[in-house]
Amino acid sequence: MIEVIGINKTFILGDSKVHALDNINLRIEQGEYLSVMGPSGSGKSTLLNMLGLLDRPDSGRYMLNGVDTQSLDENERARLRRDQIGFVFQSYHLISRLTARENVELPLMLSGIAAKKRRAKVEEILEKLGIARRAHHLPNQLSGGERQRVAIGRSIVLQPAILLADEPTGNLDSRSGAEVTEILENLNREGITLMVVTHDNSMGDRARRRIRMVDGAVTSDQTDERAA
Amino acid sequence: MRLLDLLRFTLLALRRQRFRSSMLLTAVGLGVSAVVVLTALGEGARGYVLGEFAFLGKDTVVIIPGRKETTGGMPPITGVAAHDITLQEVEVLARSVPGITALAPMVLGNGPVSYKSRERDSIVVGTTAAFFPIRQLEIAQGTALPELALGEGKQVAVIGQKLKQELFDNGRAIGQWIRLRDYRFRVVGVLASSGDSFGADLSEAIFIPVASAQAVFNVHGLFRVSLRVKENYQVEVVKKALAKQMQALHNGELDVTIVSPDAMLSTFDSILRVMTLAVAGIGAISLVVSGILVMNVTLMSVKQRTAEIGLLKAVGAPASQVRTLFLTEAALIAAAGAVLGILVGRLLVFAGTQFYPSVPFATPSWALWSSLGLAVGTALLFAWLPAQQAANLEPVDALGRK
Repeated sequence: MIEVIGINKTFILGDSKVHALDNINLRIEQGEYLSVMGPSGSGKSTLLNMLGLLDRPDSGRYMLNGVDTQSLDENERARLRRDQIGFVFQSYHLISRLTARENVELPLMLSGIAAKKRRAKVEEILEKLGIARRAHHLPNQLSGGERQRVAIGRSIVLQPAILLADEPTGNLDSRSGAEVTEILENLNREGITLMVVTHDNSMGDRARRRIRMVDGAVTSDQTDERAA
Repeated sequence: MRLLDLLRFTLLALRRQRFRSSMLLTAVGLGVSAVVVLTALGEGARGYVLGEFAFLGKDTVVIIPGRKETTGGMPPITGVAAHDITLQEVEVLARSVPGITALAPMVLGNGPVSYKSRERDSIVVGTTAAFFPIRQLEIAQGTALPELALGEGKQVAVIGQKLKQELFDNGRAIGQWIRLRDYRFRVVGVLASSGDSFGADLSEAIFIPVASAQAVFNVHGLFRVSLRVKENYQVEVVKKALAKQMQALHNGELDVTIVSPDAMLSTFDSILRVMTLAVAGIGAISLVVSGILVMNVTLMSVKQRTAEIGLLKAVGAPASQVRTLFLTEAALIAAAGAVLGILVGRLLVFAGTQFYPSVPFATPSWALWSSLGLAVGTALLFAWLPAQQAANLEPVDALGRK
């Protein structure tokens, strides 16, 4: 469960201060599916980075599954990211010298799990995401949709509670975009908390809970029980 | 992260940056091969000099007439010459000083040696049978000089290999009579060729009993006396006893110089060792300079792979792990460069031994290990700063703020 209380974040851009996050209050239950929409510069990516512990707020409190993240040092935050949070980026952020399966394997490798134990886990995920055939290809030999599926595989290989996706279909054609969305929603059905940041209304409207942001503030927070 | 994974991951990264990796490899390799080659040169010089002295053998003491005074004082006005060392005095020494095993008094001269119509100017060494083992000279044919009483002359000679060739070609020399000035000597032995030994080419010399040489050259004093100290006796103690005895024989005046080549040798040895260390130090400087390159290249690597660092942090790699990755890269490339440098250096040293077989070039093993250690150490030291920079990147900045 995520609980955000009065979070603020400002950037200095040239002479002017930009209020990227303006007193955000948010409560997200385990297993929710929510989208964050808004024009560019509205602070939606900053919010996602904040929830993903990639960035620190200037003020306010952020409780993640009962842990007050303000008091944590960088190593503890890294551990929390590893155990609780998966990221999916618009530009995939795959390591180009590693094959698809090695990219998926990366978090397991970094956390020191033995190669034998890793294999079964990675195999299962590649199969599930439909990229088992492409396992030994390098990222530049894969299509955009395949790359994003590899990135999703990497984000869930350590079975996080929360999946944060920043414009996951932003670089994809509509068909691969739909496939990626399908995969993310399936993961949500299996219980993962899914938060998608997008400026694409048709994607954002698929979420049960839709948050709109303008100038760093939440302007609407609706829950649609009929949606996926 | 497991060690095997760490190595595989960094090796992949290094292969990916081929140009930079090969640049570092070259820099570190050059530094290490410089150390390898320079220390081999130093060791070669040391080995060469020690080899040149080695003919004097172990536990040898040499008594030389005359003494260089370093204490100052009035020079003798009367023009008194230094006392000679005589054979009688040597006999006294042999009787009275304990711990002496072989005694080789020496008279040195120069004269025409002839056989039939052939004549050669040769070094003439008047000495005893003990001379040969002391100078580590081997007899190829015949025998060495016979054991005689010190004052006893005999018309026998041992000749060097080269002199034998010049006088007899490939014919038989043993048993032939040769002429030296007005004296005739029967050849009883021929030396094995021992090559140059410290200036004097003994393969061109003729050896005759010391009393005979005194007669040939009409001299009384000895050129010098070599002797060997018995096992279980201290060289220094024997030297003191010799000095005391000589002083007594020369009316209380110590006018001989007593040296032990062992002591000289160890002085040379330590001087040349220091020289080797000094040139190794010069080589090491180039290694440290390559450390600067390591720093720059690692810095470049960190800048170029900022997004990757961000990703690693996003998937939960702590700062220490990111730092380890970059340090491992630097250490691996330095180690590889060092191994390469050792191979190239050894190849050069090998080539050197082929061109100059008389100089024993060899890289000491401490130079190999310490250059390897220094290469990896410098790489780690200089890569620390950039690696630390990578480790301290804020993940959100590294991933690229939109």
